[in-house]
Amino acid sequence: MKRSNLTRKELAQLINEKIGFSQRSAGELVDTVFDVLKKTLLKGDSIKLVQFGTFTVRNKSSRVGRNPRTGETMEISKRNMVSFRPSKVVRERLNSE
Amino acid sequence: MNKSELIEALAEELKVPLRDASSAATTILDAMADALANGESIEIRGFGSFVVKEYGSYYGRNPKTGEKIKVKPKKLPFFKVGKELKEQVNNPAK
Repeated sequence: MKRSNLTRKELAQLINEKIGFSQRSAGELVDTVFDVLKKTLLKGDSIKLVQFGTFTVRNKSSRVGRNPRTGETMEISKRNMVSFRPSKVVRERLNSE
Repeated sequence: MNKSELIEALAEELKVPLRDASSAATTILDAMADALANGESIEIRGFGSFVVKEYGSYYGRNPKTGEKIKVKPKKLPFFKVGKELKEQVNNPAK
């Protein structure tokens, strides 16, 4: 059984059907949504979408790690990463059946 | 940023009325929340993907009391940052 996968295309189709935007502007709209989210994260701000979940940018400090293949120790530089925590509603719905 | 700020930013960028930006944002977020709630995955190029992982049950411990408890099997959505965003978030200069 193939699990379905939601992509930009399906989201644009929904916007087209539900709100009546043309296919083309619906696609643009979806792109803009993710652009805005991206820009916000790149500024280092977090995004809280109550029904969906929260995105935060976490600063990881540098640490000493090991190359698992060679056993060599090396420093892993400090980095930023985006983490996502699904909303309570989503977590509960997912585990309710 | 919260949902209403997202809607404002959308309306401004696309030069559409707030009402349209609002229903569009709601449609998209609802569809994404529904997908995850149904155990489906989401894949947005340049942004990232969401995949639901399943965990079996395991024995955990209450960190406060040290009491052993059984954790029921559960499903949890995971977000994997897209390559583009992952790189940009580490090079804010670009």
